[in-house]
Amino acid sequence: MKPILLKGGTLVDPSQGLNGVGDVLIADGVIKGLGGTIAGPKEVDVIDCAGLIVSPGFIDVHCHLREPGREDVETIATGARAAAAGGFTAVCAMPNTDPVTDNQAAVGFIVRQAQRAESARVYPIGAISVGQEGKALAEFGEMVGAGAVAVSDDGKPVASAQLMRTALEYARTFKIPVIDHCEEPTLSVGGSMNEGIVSAQLGLKGIPAEAEEIMVIRDILLARLTGGHVHLAHMSTKGSVELIRWGKERGIRVTAEVCPHHLSLTEESVRGYNTNAKMNPPLRTAKDVEALRVGVKDGTIDLIATDHAPHHYDEKEREFADAPNGIVGLETALAVIVTNLVETGHLTFSDLVDRMACGPARIFGLPGGSLKRGAAADVTVFDPKARWKVDASRFVSKGRNSPYDGMTLVGRAACTIVAGSVVYRSGIPARGREKVNRTRG
Amino acid sequence: MTGTLGKDLLGLESLTGDQIRLILDTAEPFKEISERAIKKVPALRGSTIVNLFFENSTRTRISFEFAEKRLSADTVNVSASGSSVSKGETLVDTARNLEAMRIDMVVIRHSASGAAQFLAERIQSNVINAGDGTHEHPTQGLLDILTLRDRFGDLKGRRICICGDILHSRVARSNIWGLNKLGAEVAVCGPRSLLPNAIDEFGVKIFDRVEEAIEWAEALNVLRLQFERMTAGYIPSAREYNRVFGITRERLDRAPGDILILHPGPMNRGVEIDSDVADGPHSVILAQVTNGVAVRMAVLYLLAGGKPELAEAAKGGSGRGREDRE
Amino acid sequence: MATKTTTVLDARAVERTLKRMSVEIVELNHGTDDLIIVGIQRRGVQLADRLVKMIEGGEGVTVPQGSLDITLYRDDLQTVGPRPVVGPTYLPWDLEGKHIVIVDDVLYTGRTVRAALDELADFGRPGSISLAVLIDRGGRELPIHADVVGKKIEVGPDERVDVLVAELDERTEVVIVPKSAA
Repeated sequence: MKPILLKGGTLVDPSQGLNGVGDVLIADGVIKGLGGTIAGPKEVDVIDCAGLIVSPGFIDVHCHLREPGREDVETIATGARAAAAGGFTAVCAMPNTDPVTDNQAAVGFIVRQAQRAESARVYPIGAISVGQEGKALAEFGEMVGAGAVAVSDDGKPVASAQLMRTALEYARTFKIPVIDHCEEPTLSVGGSMNEGIVSAQLGLKGIPAEAEEIMVIRDILLARLTGGHVHLAHMSTKGSVELIRWGKERGIRVTAEVCPHHLSLTEESVRGYNTNAKMNPPLRTAKDVEALRVGVKDGTIDLIATDHAPHHYDEKEREFADAPNGIVGLETALAVIVTNLVETGHLTFSDLVDRMACGPARIFGLPGGSLKRGAAADVTVFDPKARWKVDASRFVSKGRNSPYDGMTLVGRAACTIVAGSVVYRSGIPARGREKVNRTRG
Repeated sequence: MTGTLGKDLLGLESLTGDQIRLILDTAEPFKEISERAIKKVPALRGSTIVNLFFENSTRTRISFEFAEKRLSADTVNVSASGSSVSKGETLVDTARNLEAMRIDMVVIRHSASGAAQFLAERIQSNVINAGDGTHEHPTQGLLDILTLRDRFGDLKGRRICICGDILHSRVARSNIWGLNKLGAEVAVCGPRSLLPNAIDEFGVKIFDRVEEAIEWAEALNVLRLQFERMTAGYIPSAREYNRVFGITRERLDRAPGDILILHPGPMNRGVEIDSDVADGPHSVILAQVTNGVAVRMAVLYLLAGGKPELAEAAKGGSGRGREDRE
Repeated sequence: MATKTTTVLDARAVERTLKRMSVEIVELNHGTDDLIIVGIQRRGVQLADRLVKMIEGGEGVTVPQGSLDITLYRDDLQTVGPRPVVGPTYLPWDLEGKHIVIVDDVLYTGRTVRAALDELADFGRPGSISLAVLIDRGGRELPIHADVVGKKIEVGPDERVDVLVAELDERTEVVIVPKSAA
């Protein structure tokens, strides 16, 4: 494999307090040289990174790749390529597939499909309960053995407090986080957007913020009880931020993520019955957005994850209450964060890299998240100033359901490197990891 | 008096006070047509109207059908049962098929909020919302307002209270927006479990006790209590609802002044309203039904052919010099 | 090409003309029995008003007076754009065997009268219907004639006749104006 020299970029790596211009030399799948001016060997691919930011590869701990079951909507291969196009070097796939990823074989299938995709890495997340039915505990040990990095019943909350308690206790053996989709199901039943003035005006049943917050505090208290690590998915309310802050102040093992859309859009986007603004948890109010921005800055919210949820276009082309939840996010996440948080002064690029690369690696115990010499060469190069108009029809993902379609955003991935191979570069996805290509001639 | 409604009537929230007045004023001459021996004028001769009812509604559908027929339109009724809709056809496919049949107008009733707007954005025909989920029921709101205007004249400063299940009521929303735009003071009264949590942001007064509402209001619009709300646990029983929130003779007798009673129907006698109130001197419930046909004729008349490109050309065409329109 | 407004009848001339028309209407219908005067919205209504008062002055009988709005019977309704304002129609009598006199301000193409005849037919079967107009400007597009005419004038296609009545227009007058004038 030919070495790669990333020339003249701004290195941003909060894992080693790095923020300045310098070169990066990648060879044999690892970081070989870092900082200053590097001459490099004779045979080297030089990538000019002047004006670009070079950072540890982004990791999305929350996406739905739909395979197996809904390959018409997304596959592990298309999802991995979409991730690479968005600057992600790794993603974690949620287990709400059909059949549910709740056993060793199903986890193994995802690992194999991900290897064949030759793009961004895909780490499986196993189900908490068999069939995500909220009853019997799935085989965490077997799944972790096959490659699962966490467990979750995402898409559904863990309604039973007893099951959640057991999961947190049992997961301790394997040192994996238990991810919960916080939603008190009897409060949210039938709801299709945030409960508030907009839902009252549109005549849509609302989901109150309390439906999330009740489960947030329950999970925090269960983490205190069990000593387990609870990771709270897609936080959407001001109250949740306050409760997590309360938990962290007491040393409880709680971590949390927030999605780009909850940091940038409000319930107002639903007006006109826009099904591309329908997701669960729903878009909330401006107050919630502000609190989440503060929370992600001060570290109460540990990381940013996309909740990438592709749907077939005609599934969203229907009555609002009947349309499915979720939007695609892999290819817009970076730009949404740069536009709505960095450009507005809420986050620095260093914060962005921490919440999108270092934090996910640290919290989920994944490789990557650092440009240290000898580390796996998962690197994202992005243009922090690129202005571009989102055109959902040109997404690499099969999904087109984006509320950002048509918007002009700032910030875009320029080059995505996984294990020392370029998997995406300047608008055109690369063919895959180089070493595999070479074996094929 | 000139003005247009645009292509569709989706709700009263999006109309101006002048547009609402235009509809009400236009409804006035249409009242007389229903009094004639031959209750029919040729205004919409040759127009094709589809009444697309995804939810059962005898009352609203009949009222629309009378309005359409009295304007000489050709009408087709499509109901959810007995059509491809019940075979799982999506709303967008239904819309495209209607469009392909070159219809002029669609009157739609649907259980999903936003269904009328969804349809209107996808077809060129005029769309009239005959009730979408728990969102709006604009022609009901208009006929309620016309009935109030018949009695009160100008509605500015008049005190009107809407009683009952505001949370799930499209009639309530249309009334609140329509009445507010005409300058009326609007209040709501009902159990808090049946009021939207954000009701205080609607610009209405709130009464927890129906006795207080009666003391304040000059008219009560009493909403139908849907029994499925009880199985969903919003209130304990019809019996208790009548005891606490029912509009009874005894309660009305304590009203400080005259009070009008409206009800959009169909009534649950002995639940939200007692029979001697519904049939009594305060009630204008049958006048509402009569006005319903006139208001719907006015809306059909105003929307028909109201294409934006023709709007400019015809400006100033009324009033002096009828020769111009000959 | 007319470029300015010409007065055809002033207020006093209108009054004189209407007076003569009122006599002719009574003559034509052999008295006032079963007579109903129906003005067409809008200015026909005010002219009918005055005719009824004049008949009352001459005959000592108050003839029933109705009004007719023909908007909903127009043959161009589907093409005119924003809906014209609909005025009230008032005909609360059984028309069977009655002698109806339709009153309008200007007779031009005849389409308004065609619409009025259609509308009257929906109210019943009168014994006779006749037409009285203040101005007949020619230019008929339908086989319709007036039985009682105030004044016949020749008006070019690029000109318009406006009948103003004090009740609506602050003065009474008949004028010819160029069509381009608003």
